[in-house]
Amino acid sequence: MKILVPIKRVVDHNVKVRVKSDGSGVDLDNVKMSINPFDEIAIEEAVRLKEAGTASEVVVVSVGSQGCQDIIRTALAVGADRGIHVLAEDGIEPLAIAKTLKAVVEQELPKLLLLGKQAIDDDSNQTGQMLAALLKWPQGTFASEVRVEDEQLTVTREVDAGLEVLTMPMPAVVTCDLRLNEPRYASLPNIMKAKRKPIDCIEIDSLGIDTTPRFKAVTYTVPEQRKGGVMVSSVDELIEKLKNEAKVL
Amino acid sequence: MDNIQRATLVIAEHDNQSVSVDTLRTVNAASQIQHEGTSLPVTVLLVGYQSGAVLEQIKCAHGVSNIIAIDAKEYQHALAENLAELIAEIGKNYSHILTPSTTFGKNLMPRVAALLDVGQLSDVIAIESLDTVVRPIYAGNALARVRSNDTIKVMTIRSSAFDAVAVSDAPIVEHVTMAEKIIAAAHSMFVSQQKVESERPELPAASVVVSGGRGLGSKENFALVEQLADKLGGAIGASRAAVDAGFVSNDLQVGQTGKIVAPQLYIAVGISGAIQHLAGMKDSKVIVAINNDPDAPIFQVADYGLVGDLFEIMPELLDKI
Repeated sequence: MKILVPIKRVVDHNVKVRVKSDGSGVDLDNVKMSINPFDEIAIEEAVRLKEAGTASEVVVVSVGSQGCQDIIRTALAVGADRGIHVLAEDGIEPLAIAKTLKAVVEQELPKLLLLGKQAIDDDSNQTGQMLAALLKWPQGTFASEVRVEDEQLTVTREVDAGLEVLTMPMPAVVTCDLRLNEPRYASLPNIMKAKRKPIDCIEIDSLGIDTTPRFKAVTYTVPEQRKGGVMVSSVDELIEKLKNEAKVL
Repeated sequence: MDNIQRATLVIAEHDNQSVSVDTLRTVNAASQIQHEGTSLPVTVLLVGYQSGAVLEQIKCAHGVSNIIAIDAKEYQHALAENLAELIAEIGKNYSHILTPSTTFGKNLMPRVAALLDVGQLSDVIAIESLDTVVRPIYAGNALARVRSNDTIKVMTIRSSAFDAVAVSDAPIVEHVTMAEKIIAAAHSMFVSQQKVESERPELPAASVVVSGGRGLGSKENFALVEQLADKLGGAIGASRAAVDAGFVSNDLQVGQTGKIVAPQLYIAVGISGAIQHLAGMKDSKVIVAINNDPDAPIFQVADYGLVGDLFEIMPELLDKI
């Protein structure tokens, strides 16, 4: 079974981004970029399924600028077999990304797609579901456990009420939640080995996908900042403030 | 755009017993979509199984013009595959389709959007016009004002940003259509659900939330948070660290990837205040932080901060409140 893992290059999760003063965007100059954390979980799960003998090949794919090659290499270093880089401008919307990934899926014919549940930059939480719709495949979103048995997938999902278990036939799309696994770090020898693994590069224009944006960001603003609070020195003072000043008790 | 009427379809979230507060908040968001000063008519689509009680509740909600109710066993577990096809079929005649940005809505709506070949606006916090909304990005560190060029605007609504519409004692919605359209799940099968039963108010609806983090140290100690929540009639929440450490179940996680809350009072106990946690609670009206580290980032957003050992502070607080 082949697993395809779409991954995204995003601002590192520890970076607190700043809105540009003219409101035209978010300042990404000289900011550390990394694999989207949820995508690391997807890669880890794919590699574990390969180690368990369930998967035969793990292919990672990333759509975006030249910098995506770095995160594909990182994925190869933790155990993916090969990479596909769809060279495109950054910031393509989820629907167009889903259409692009569909074209890759039709070439690669994987049995399972593992994605992160959302990217921490645009916080959309859409691509996996859209891709499943376009492929007419079943979807197991927000997965905290994935089991594969005889062409049948069992996914435990993190839902608002608790946990939900679904089964579905493959091929299927699964989006990974935080608690699915603990991603491993790449070892130095594996980082060296990853340099010899192949990365195919495809120009997005060759896929014939309409990537015209559906949305236009008019302006970006900084959320209202909270007023500086006060430090209290005792429980009594805290209760007094909550009762008389904030009037929430 | 010929066949599309200017009208809004709200997809109701429910558990076949009662409508979610998030849905009532989404109806309010829907009523803010206006054309020349008048709200677009709001139709609520209720898809479920043996969900008659939910229908009665929605009939009592203000701001709803019409209800379309579809009741069939195939829809019992709200599986995305069949529900999305159904909603795309019905929704293609509406200019706006909204649902709460809960795990229900997040699972379902992108699938609807893709079937309609339109983009989706996720987690909308303000609606400015027929085509322009505001949504947070980068864990809430920036707000994007976004204009949609799609003929159908599909969006999920961050319910903490909107109040729930009022609910009458008696039915007020007159136009109710009972429709029959069954799309069987060709794909997923529901196996089971582990619902976390709780007497406490639900996180998105609670006016007080007491949250615990890694600083609690153990599942047993988390009882301090629970006791305070109970005393204040509030809900309990948790940081990712507390969930990962097994102190509480995942459905209580507050943050970028968990639940987003904006209660009147949010008390953070033993939570450092990572960017990802703040994304889920920084719109609370009053924030109280109790932490032994005076440099913890949580104090930068807290209205009232108390530095000290939570194992001394919490019992005293429980005693005196």
